[in-house]
Amino acid sequence: MIFDEEINQTIRYMKPSGIRKFFDIAATKKGVVSLGVGEPDFITPWHIREAAIHAIEKGRTFYTGNKGLPVLQEAICAYYKRKFNIDYAPKENVIVTVGGSEGIDVVLRALCQPGDEVILPTPAYVAYAAIIEMAGAKVVEVDLKEEEQFKLTPEALKKALSPKTKAVILNFPGNPTGGIMTKEDYAKIVPILKESGIFAITDEIYAELTYEGKHFSLAGFDEVKDRVIVINGFSKAYSMTGYRVGYILAHRDLIDMFNKVHQYTIMCASTPSQYAAIEAAYNGDDDIEEMFQSFRQRRNYIVRELNRIGLKTHMPQGAFYVFPSIRCSGMNSQDFCEKLLEEENLALVPGDAFGKSGEGYVRISYAYSLDEIKIAIEKLEHFLARHS
Amino acid sequence: MNELLKLIENNARYEVKDLAACLGEEDDTIGKQLEDYRKEGIIAGYHTIINWEKADVEITKAIIFVSCVPERVAGYDKIAERISRYPEVESLYLISGKAEFLLQVNGKNMREVSSFVAHKLAPTDGVNGTETMFVLKEYKKYGVSFFEGEHDDERLLVTP
Repeated sequence: MIFDEEINQTIRYMKPSGIRKFFDIAATKKGVVSLGVGEPDFITPWHIREAAIHAIEKGRTFYTGNKGLPVLQEAICAYYKRKFNIDYAPKENVIVTVGGSEGIDVVLRALCQPGDEVILPTPAYVAYAAIIEMAGAKVVEVDLKEEEQFKLTPEALKKALSPKTKAVILNFPGNPTGGIMTKEDYAKIVPILKESGIFAITDEIYAELTYEGKHFSLAGFDEVKDRVIVINGFSKAYSMTGYRVGYILAHRDLIDMFNKVHQYTIMCASTPSQYAAIEAAYNGDDDIEEMFQSFRQRRNYIVRELNRIGLKTHMPQGAFYVFPSIRCSGMNSQDFCEKLLEEENLALVPGDAFGKSGEGYVRISYAYSLDEIKIAIEKLEHFLARHS
Repeated sequence: MNELLKLIENNARYEVKDLAACLGEEDDTIGKQLEDYRKEGIIAGYHTIINWEKADVEITKAIIFVSCVPERVAGYDKIAERISRYPEVESLYLISGKAEFLLQVNGKNMREVSSFVAHKLAPTDGVNGTETMFVLKEYKKYGVSFFEGEHDDERLLVTP
């Protein structure tokens, strides 16, 4: 590479996403069946799409304020109050971002200085580690374990803490494990957060996909709320991934700092998309319920089927992924997925794409129709019959 | 068990074992539940949604408003029962507004439907007026759109 020496060395040595690599292989093949997608399969409900179209028709296509449309800020706060009973002030505690992803970037860049450490429980969504590094901080991985239902335990958190720790990233319900943290689980780590004084960045993008009981937000603990930064968005709950609308909820002094990064980076989130999000937040509860039921049915189905064909799988409590161990095959994650793609034309995502601790697992998405899942299970069954 | 009914309302072809897996129940439990629903008439029948135009089969469908006078004790139910017996009547609703009943009527061609209205429906006891609107094209039926490309999966093969 001719620019190797000149380019930012963090970028130069950053590993390309393991998912990207896998996508490139899959894209060369024809007729691939995939359970590898990290977004819902439902088309955005029509009334939400129509709101975006209406905004464009009416010429609502100018920049909005940096923090987003006031009506959307209000809608987001009303939503957090209604669903999780947490109070945020529309004018002080909210920034509307370009998807949850931008929120994560803005927060980490605003918080981190060279030498800082950020605790990242893994396996984790691929962007966290990259963004931490780009923000100049160091990733400290904590292994989430299958036998602990991929929850963050107080012991593991304590062990990872150091005087340099700036923040911990929490993503429950989580990608790729489907693991959740209940109020009781959080109660065990809250004293550690309080004592250490670190920030907790909680990515709650899968909150609406919590299958047993209701999602509990870490921000619900008043004693740490000032240092809890909530990332959420419209992508997963309303099937609005392509609209790119997310948000940050945090203490107003933090929001002011985050807004500096946000305004100079992207100015504001897409205006028609913000109008669509207003419609979703106010009139989308029924859509959430309908999609939620479908996801729960598919989860029940796929877990039963995976166990039937000999892939021991725990029932995940959230999101739309199962994360079974593939050790019975004697292969590592990459080999397993590459062979599966080669022999059965079925694409899954190798677990090590989500961090070292994901080795020995694969991520299977059930954001697909039952018919598609059925075909995939059949392929997987044939494959396992030959390889275990 | 509304969840079960909703599942099969949208897709009658699910097998019992699939329904049981989706709902986290035993196969036998779901099998018996379905049997009970059939016996009780909660599950009243099964149909296939066919795009006849695409099959190049000509059928004629009409929407018909029917005005009538209610009977003293039975109200509208008796007349409705009488009208519903005709096999030409695909669906029949009591409605609010300009008429009492709304019918969907099927026939092989316009003449057959017209003849049904003139010789069977209009002379029915209690019926005192009809208004027939022929269907020119079907775009959506039972929640299924006949427009192409509406349900294509445009997602990338693998995403984070």
